[in-house]
Amino acid sequence: MSTSNVLYDHPGPRAKVRNAVLSVVFGVALLGLLYWIYTRFDQANQWEPRLWEPFTRSATWTQFILPGLWATLKAAGVGMLLSLAFGIVFAFGRLSDRWWISVPAGMVVEFFRAVPLLLMIFFIFYGVPFLIKGPVTAFWAVVIGLTLYNGSVLAEAFRAGIRAVPGGQSEAAYAVGMRKNQVMRLILLPQAARAMLPIIVSQLVVLLKDTALGYIVAYPELLQRGVNDLAANYGNIIACAIVAAVIYIVINSLLTWFAGWLDRRTGVRAFRVPRQTAPVGAADSTPEGGATVSEPQG
Amino acid sequence: MHVFTDPENFDAYLSGFLWILKLTGASAVCALVIGVLLAAMRVSPVPVLRVFGAAWVNIFRNTPLTLVIFFCYFGLYATLGLSLAQDLDLNIYWLGVIGLSVYTAAFVCEAVRSGINTVPTGQAEAARAIGLSFAQTLRIVVLPQAARSVIAPFGSILIALCKNATIVGTIGLLESSNVMKDLINFNGDAVIMIFLVFAGTFAALLIPTGYFFGWLANRLAVKR
Repeated sequence: MSTSNVLYDHPGPRAKVRNAVLSVVFGVALLGLLYWIYTRFDQANQWEPRLWEPFTRSATWTQFILPGLWATLKAAGVGMLLSLAFGIVFAFGRLSDRWWISVPAGMVVEFFRAVPLLLMIFFIFYGVPFLIKGPVTAFWAVVIGLTLYNGSVLAEAFRAGIRAVPGGQSEAAYAVGMRKNQVMRLILLPQAARAMLPIIVSQLVVLLKDTALGYIVAYPELLQRGVNDLAANYGNIIACAIVAAVIYIVINSLLTWFAGWLDRRTGVRAFRVPRQTAPVGAADSTPEGGATVSEPQG
Repeated sequence: MHVFTDPENFDAYLSGFLWILKLTGASAVCALVIGVLLAAMRVSPVPVLRVFGAAWVNIFRNTPLTLVIFFCYFGLYATLGLSLAQDLDLNIYWLGVIGLSVYTAAFVCEAVRSGINTVPTGQAEAARAIGLSFAQTLRIVVLPQAARSVIAPFGSILIALCKNATIVGTIGLLESSNVMKDLINFNGDAVIMIFLVFAGTFAALLIPTGYFFGWLANRLAVKR
């Protein structure tokens, strides 16, 4: 059922009237709700120009929002590179023929997938300094936490991708005399990576959103600088939160759009990767072609 | 084990996880209801409803949960004065439930909508052919079949929700991650054990849940 309009008939005269009435009724209700929110904000004096005026000043952007955004993107970028490396290593580890490699690798991946990211960041930021007798910076606490969690998710994605490459590919590679190492590196990984690209990119959206947890260990990212610190100066926390939310939504929508574009571009391919958890495309892309986030982590 | 043999610490540990379970339970129910309604809106014949559903999903799926929870506390409670309970902890708890529910509902909606897509077209066509309306088609024919294929994604959403519940700690609820932080700060000599106990509890709760949902999804899958 690729198009959802198979669920209802092409509207006749009565259905058209009914739909129009429903549209109006719901539209009015929606406008009423928006107006109610507007008046509640108004009563709390949230529309006063002095709360929104700071966003027209360049200092607000150059001192708070843009440095925060840069710190967010930096943590997300480093975290993504490290999680890709972590994911590849542990996907190979789990697919190893030697049980003393595959079993521990599987345990590590299952463990880090089950532990909340916040718990991991707290442990790295507050606990590890006791062990190494020195401080851990907030940046590395966030990046290592992101790497362990998203790396484990990516490891499972890679494993599913490698296993979904048709068996004939590796059989042919073994038949021409390649070793397992070569088969993995030269035959299976390139094909799997291409098929997994949309999932990798959508995991980047998750990772980018998760950098907001850096706020909790005072890493100066967008939520910390653009909402907390900025609001401390101007007392406009709601305005700041709305602006920050819009920035996050724009960046993540761009990434989602990019994932959808990649999905369409690589659409013509020999095989499709079945989703591990879901039957055909469940928890999968939107009709607009956006790829999704299989694990709605924070 | 000296950290957890102290009854005070052990009680803190238990109450931390109790908050997590309560947050997960209440939010799961709310998110399921809102999510299914949103999915119905997104496939409905009324354009305004479709736009509303799409807007909700795009806004909440792309905003960090930390920001959503932050907004619930500083926006709804501190600025707009929405108070849900006299008790301070209970008030934060309900604010957390609101944040977790509206956020998770976006993911539930997408899972249900994908589930609807797995139902063969002929089913809906047949339903229309015998004269069922949109609501009847969805309620009697399509959703019951879609429900079986969304069990696995619901499992991962539930697991993520349980882990996300720790984020409510950022607005001051003493849930497990905050309890762990305090224990680490007072017991610098036992940090590894403290972490392993907390992380292990999550793993012990969530890994079997994952396998259970996988088994259930397999068992109930529609064989086509």
